[in-house]
Amino acid sequence: MASAIKIWSFPGGVHPPERKTLANQTATATTELPEKVYVPVKQHIGAEGQLLVQPGDTVLRGQALTQPGMSGGLPVHAPSSGTVINIAEHTSNHPSGIPTLTITIKLDGKHESIEFTAVENPLEQSPQELIKYIREAGIAGLGGAAYPTAQKLSQTQNTELLIINGVECEPYIVSDDRLMREHAEEIVSGITILQSALQAQQTIVAIEDNKPEAIQAMRQAIESASIEAAVAVVPTKYPSGGEKQLIQLLTGKEVPSNGYPSDMGILMQNVGTAYAIHEAIYLGKPLMERIVTLTGEALQKPGTVWALLGTPVSHLLDSASLQASSKQKVIIGGPMMGYTISDLEVPVVKSTNCILCPTESELPATGHEMACIRCGQCEQVCPASLLPQQLYWYAKASDHDALKQHHLKDCIECGACAYVCPSEIPLVHYYRKAKAEIREELIEQQKADIARQRFEARQARLEREKQARLEKHKKAAEARQAALAARAAAAEADPTEQSTADTAANNGEKQSKVAAAIARAKAKNAAQAESATAEDDKKARVAEAVARAKAKKAAQAESATAEDDKKARVAEAVARAKAKKAAQAESATPEDDKAKQSSQQSDNAEAEKKRRVAAAVARAKAKKAEQQKQQNSVTTSERGDSESS
Amino acid sequence: MSLLTGVFVVSIIALVFGLVLGFAAVRFKVEGDPLVDQIDEILPQTQCGQCGYPGCRPYAEAIANGDEINKCPPGGEATIQKLSELTGKEAKPLDEAHGVEDVKKVAYIREDECIGCTKCIQACPVDAIMGANKQMHTVIADECTGCDLCVDPCPVDCIDMIPIPTKAERWKWDLESIPVNVDTAPAASRQVEGV
Repeated sequence: MASAIKIWSFPGGVHPPERKTLANQTATATTELPEKVYVPVKQHIGAEGQLLVQPGDTVLRGQALTQPGMSGGLPVHAPSSGTVINIAEHTSNHPSGIPTLTITIKLDGKHESIEFTAVENPLEQSPQELIKYIREAGIAGLGGAAYPTAQKLSQTQNTELLIINGVECEPYIVSDDRLMREHAEEIVSGITILQSALQAQQTIVAIEDNKPEAIQAMRQAIESASIEAAVAVVPTKYPSGGEKQLIQLLTGKEVPSNGYPSDMGILMQNVGTAYAIHEAIYLGKPLMERIVTLTGEALQKPGTVWALLGTPVSHLLDSASLQASSKQKVIIGGPMMGYTISDLEVPVVKSTNCILCPTESELPATGHEMACIRCGQCEQVCPASLLPQQLYWYAKASDHDALKQHHLKDCIECGACAYVCPSEIPLVHYYRKAKAEIREELIEQQKADIARQRFEARQARLEREKQARLEKHKKAAEARQAALAARAAAAEADPTEQSTADTAANNGEKQSKVAAAIARAKAKNAAQAESATAEDDKKARVAEAVARAKAKKAAQAESATAEDDKKARVAEAVARAKAKKAAQAESATPEDDKAKQSSQQSDNAEAEKKRRVAAAVARAKAKKAEQQKQQNSVTTSERGDSESS
Repeated sequence: MSLLTGVFVVSIIALVFGLVLGFAAVRFKVEGDPLVDQIDEILPQTQCGQCGYPGCRPYAEAIANGDEINKCPPGGEATIQKLSELTGKEAKPLDEAHGVEDVKKVAYIREDECIGCTKCIQACPVDAIMGANKQMHTVIADECTGCDLCVDPCPVDCIDMIPIPTKAERWKWDLESIPVNVDTAPAASRQVEGV
């Protein structure tokens, strides 16, 4: 079956020196336990998990340190036993070196594990169950991108073709090579889990032809396990290990520009991921360590090691005896796509497949960037069939529209263009920058759109509230009018009032109009007072709260707070009572005046008036009290400020 | 006769076109000024009012009516550039009378000091502050535009404007801004040698 697989081709590509023999001659070593491990909370693409531990906790090997939170995310696990000594920002294993939240564990050297429980009869479990176990084991794509494996598996439906990527096309890196040679059976067992989880119809294990031992080992393992899978040997060319390039090599089909392989029924997993899945399902071990290539001529003992996730890079370089030069570069990843790090205390994370320490002569520093001469070599080698020189010009000019038109987002940043550039232009750096700028612009645009919507919604709400208020006032005014008219009619019907009005003044009608106007004004005041009382009360309480907070801030006795509260309430009650009393007293005076003006009024009207006046006075008192309190609070705060300063 | 025919034909044509245009004017009437929408698209929507208008849309309307395009500090030079392209006006440097370009910030309420007065909630142009009377308030950081408008109304000054830290995912590949550059700086090599 293996010979039946047709190998197609993809455009472009380069053949840089492979330099793989440096590290792939010796068996994978295990390193001594480091003193401390730094486990970043987020080691994959996507949301970070929620912390499960606190500083001071003792943890065992394999214990989950985080769990998927509200927004998903993958857990991270303690790679060895020890004590959590710190959860804080630590330099990240990222080209930027921007600190990220990291759990620091001081290892006790005992390497004690939790009890690992394997999944029973894994091949009879439903795909969902298997994916759940894979998620809980914290497995992310170990090929380099660290995309959560469970997410990738659950997003894919109707998988026709499962591709296991053992191409490892980048120079120097031999992690997958060594893994396939040493653990082919485990990888194959992981493949069976993947097949079962995906119900894949066909499986291809792709390996570059510069790894004959790995090809041999994988073929044997597949044969002895007698599973439905074939080994495809692809010619050595960089970057045939890229997801889209490998799909093109194996199927002749191109992944569409805006699409994903899953749209074509294809799913790709790295051999390291398959191994991790085997460990998680058959042994119950979460992802705690990975194979890392230590290579470069500056290392005396290059090779591959099993490194605990979180091991500082310095510890690994120590074990490989680094002979550092004055301008020693330490590169994470390979020479084509890797990045230099500025701090050797950065930890190994799930995506760290290689640490490269080249000598000056081995990988000279890039020379001075010269002008583009439009030779077109970059276009010849671009595996995504883009126009790198055009992208370069547009990136330099920050012409984002033109960059989008030239499909910058399809650039896989493989570095083939920069590799062949005779002017030594760091093309990929320009593209990365431009991509970041475009992404940032998009985020800003989205934020602006949300802000605009929220602003407009708020404006609409304010307008609505204003209309409602006006409507309410209008209705209240109408009601008042109606009430007044009714009262006037009642007064007219009452002969005693008519007669007193006549005796009191020559112009009785005018007088009654004045009285009506006064009554209207009073009614309005009272209505306002009523609506305002509730609010005023609230305001007064807020003012009180301010005073309380300030008093607290001024470092007065803590126990006094409750008492103050009580006191304030008592004071408030007293003030209210006083206000009421005063209102009663005051209401008597205008009553006298009114008696002069219109000597007789019905008991009913009198009582209502009284009530209204009382309410108005109470409102005024409350307002005054509030003002006083505010003043008090201001003086308190001033005092507090001066004390603090 | 031929003169009359000509006049007649031209009048008919004029009438037909008049009807068509009249119909189109009613049928395809554009509500509002599309230019205002386009300008509003470009503005950063912080709603901060630093331009002197109560929000981005009012400023967009003002620009459409001929106001200067360099009054938006949150948008900065990039926004001026885009507005210049759209309106055809000359791209002037930012008018410093309205403020200077600053890093992106987000409001943060020191919650133990908040007294629950709701003043900041009323000031927030995008309703990004949660809280109720006498209850602690907090800023929804994702919705906050960093406009600064909530800081002044706070009676107890418990609101800080905090610069948004750069996250690795949103890093712009500014290699120069990395504190230690391995290629040139001796610090890294010292560290390496010290191993």
